[in-house]
Amino acid sequence: MTWAPNTVDATHFYLQVYFWLIVAVLGGLFLLMTFVQGGQTLFHTAKDEMEERAILNSLGRKWELTFTTLVLFGGALYAAFPLFYSVSFGGAYWVWMLILFAFVLQAVAYEYMNKPGNLIGKGAYKFFLYFNGVVAMVLIGAAVGTFFTGSNFSYDPITRVLEWGTAKDGFDLRGLEAAIDFKHGAWFNLAFGVLLFAAARILGALWLINDIDNNEFPELIQRLRGTIKKCFIVLLVALVIVLFGLLTMKGYSYNIHDPKGTITLVDGKYLHNLLSFGAIPLILFLAGLVLYVLGVFKSGFGNSNKGIWFAGLGIVLIGIIVFVIAGLFGTPFYPSYADLQSSLTIQNSSGSKYTLEVMAWVSVAVPFVLAYIIWVWYQMKKNGPITKEEIADPESHAY
Amino acid sequence: MALDLNMLEWARAQFAMTALFHFFFVPFTLGMSFIVAFFETIYVKTGKEEWKSITQFWQLIFAINFALGLSTGIIHEFEFGTNWSTYSWVVGDVFGAPLAVEGIVAFFMEATFAAISFFGWKRVSKGVHLASSWLLAIGSNLSALWILIANGFMQHPSNEFLKFDIETSRAVMINFWKLIAQPVAQVKFLHVVSAGYTLASIFVLGISAYYLLRKKHIEFAKKSAAVAAAFGLVSSIFVAVIGDEHAYEVANTQPTKIAAMEGLYVGEKGAPIVAFGLPKNLPANEVTSNDQAFAFKIEIPKLLSILGKRNPDAYVPGLKDLIDGNSEYGIWPLSKLAKIGEEARADLRAYHEAKTKGDTAAMAAAKKDFYTVVWSDPKNGVSLTKADLIGYGYFANPNVNPELIHPPVPPVFYSFHIMVGLGFWFILLFLWAWIAVVKGSFENSKLLQTLATLSVPLPWIATSFGWMTAEIGRQPWTVFGMLPTAESATPIALQNVQATFFMFLTAFVILGIAELKILFTVVKHGPKGAH
Repeated sequence: MTWAPNTVDATHFYLQVYFWLIVAVLGGLFLLMTFVQGGQTLFHTAKDEMEERAILNSLGRKWELTFTTLVLFGGALYAAFPLFYSVSFGGAYWVWMLILFAFVLQAVAYEYMNKPGNLIGKGAYKFFLYFNGVVAMVLIGAAVGTFFTGSNFSYDPITRVLEWGTAKDGFDLRGLEAAIDFKHGAWFNLAFGVLLFAAARILGALWLINDIDNNEFPELIQRLRGTIKKCFIVLLVALVIVLFGLLTMKGYSYNIHDPKGTITLVDGKYLHNLLSFGAIPLILFLAGLVLYVLGVFKSGFGNSNKGIWFAGLGIVLIGIIVFVIAGLFGTPFYPSYADLQSSLTIQNSSGSKYTLEVMAWVSVAVPFVLAYIIWVWYQMKKNGPITKEEIADPESHAY
Repeated sequence: MALDLNMLEWARAQFAMTALFHFFFVPFTLGMSFIVAFFETIYVKTGKEEWKSITQFWQLIFAINFALGLSTGIIHEFEFGTNWSTYSWVVGDVFGAPLAVEGIVAFFMEATFAAISFFGWKRVSKGVHLASSWLLAIGSNLSALWILIANGFMQHPSNEFLKFDIETSRAVMINFWKLIAQPVAQVKFLHVVSAGYTLASIFVLGISAYYLLRKKHIEFAKKSAAVAAAFGLVSSIFVAVIGDEHAYEVANTQPTKIAAMEGLYVGEKGAPIVAFGLPKNLPANEVTSNDQAFAFKIEIPKLLSILGKRNPDAYVPGLKDLIDGNSEYGIWPLSKLAKIGEEARADLRAYHEAKTKGDTAAMAAAKKDFYTVVWSDPKNGVSLTKADLIGYGYFANPNVNPELIHPPVPPVFYSFHIMVGLGFWFILLFLWAWIAVVKGSFENSKLLQTLATLSVPLPWIATSFGWMTAEIGRQPWTVFGMLPTAESATPIALQNVQATFFMFLTAFVILGIAELKILFTVVKHGPKGAH
């Protein structure tokens, strides 16, 4: 059946858009913070214990922030679009469970890795960090891919029955089908996953080059630059596939003025979205891409350690635009290929007007939170990068 | 679609396991973060290096625990969606808000200032560092506030702050301030955080006592014990006082829970409290007197009426009354509630059928009936509509046993009584320790030191049982009186839930043992060996 929008008036509609933008910004910031996950897959570039601990300590001071950003991203989606939370998490069970598991293992790894009596040994904790860096990134990327390719579910809004795997020509692996069902865009989802992984890994290397003392660890820095070059090739291939898919696939669409919210498939939907609003999404997307590549060239190919600034800003812009074109301009952000009309839009999955109003007031706190995060970040960095002396100092709580 | 009840039990077991495991770490974080801040404040005020090493030792222990607390915390945010997706849909509009606020105002504060507090000893000034340690403690406790506001809603979904919306067929929030300020949530918050302070104080006191017994790190231990004894004494008394207030709130909002906590089957005027007892696991319809329900018990007369209703002769309904009703005291039988709930469900269906057909008159009629007031109290202006009782429609199904309306008595009874018993022991222990500290005899009292050391695991038992009292006692509802647990879970094949259950169990066993091993190693090395 058609799943009508719950939008009660214009204010409610703008709140729905506003919260999708908040989700987009949080998504962009989360992508920036995935330098932690990317960095976790670079331990093998360290050739001795000191180099390894330099990487561990550099990332170990930031992982909680990434973790918290993910939690807030989830919390914001829950509060603003509870129906999405219910459908996606309950439906694509294994995707979210594996992502979750990868983060559970990560959270203890930093603290326990170099502690005596840690039961399973340093290698196991290092494996947890790699696991988080690879599996969580690929899965989160693939999950975002399904925002465009769609998922295999149908949902009845009145009886509250979620049925997953109802497409006649599809598979049901509680979400994992997104990676193997090539008829329904698995190639796109996988490319998205690889793209996210490569992007995070490059960010990780850029971060480490910036945060670790370049004079004390010259060889490690050089090896990290080498990794960036290799990853950049992977990133370009994945990016081409994703862009090709995005611009050529049929997109899900609805008319925001249609009280029934009927969903149709439309050619060139995402290109159309990029060109909407005076092509601002396209311009910002390209700007993000240029900044990212500039960052890669500065620190990957050149000798600067400032690459993370450019690439970091770039990925935030790219992330925001990816979410913007996935959910705004009459686009269902969580489409269903099993039953078009079950697709979720910001208008049929959102919280009530009152709740969104309350949350809009709460969102006033976000700039303050960002401000103190930046202030703390500055406080911790102003005395220079991580040095051997600090790592060896018993009072620095080094990992 | 019928839900697989076996799957439901596994989903519940998974949530219970992950929540219980998470709750081993949370109260410790709540209390320890403040204790570390106390020690650091003394260090900054006195400028003495010994206080710095005391601070850093306890901070290390705090950090080891903090990591696992954080990692087990994220599980629940996911589980609300993965395993309880119907719950998330039906009440997400109310429940999601405090979760998001928790993320914005509390988690970032915790994570951001933890970075300075842990790693910033040489990177920032003393003042900034101290402020960060305090902000970390405040952030941790704020996160407890918001999650317990969310939990308070599950215990008492008052129509003051929500209503069941016929249009979207879910609960929607109508007053955020009342959600935050509702007494059930506030007393719950105070009870939980002060229990956390008590727990951390016992840990510090116990480890210090252990060092004194071993004649190691004497000065360190004496100083740590002094702070812990004072903080613990105040906290443990506060836990009991606010716990009494908490029980009062429960008695007035969740009659099935309070009756199960005390094994009260047949309602009484001047109801007693069972100080000690062995309840039998009997269905309410087989019980004719409260004595029959126990193999053995010692009662304190009238105390339940005093604590629950603030009146020694007040009537407290028993489980039997809550099923069969009691017209003398205006208690409705479950069958009546179920009938009203079923009518509300019928209205909901009729409304949406009419909407599909475009029959506005039928829509209006269904809506009017849905929001008909069925009960009101002219004294305080509280009223209930059919919509408020929609959850009870579940019991209109003839296949659902009416006995399920209350939680199982023995686990709730035992959990509650063990928690209370331990709570009184903690007050005694701290009183004794505090007097010993003031008189300067703590160092020499072997008996006190031994008891304090042996008491270290006890507050974990108490907090776990406290949590079980609250959450098992809430059954059969996820949202009391509104959404049955059986209607909250994700429809998914059993094997998926079993697989994730064992995935978490394996991880918890390994990580739990690893944590304890690291902790024991640190404690064994003592304050100097730790750094």
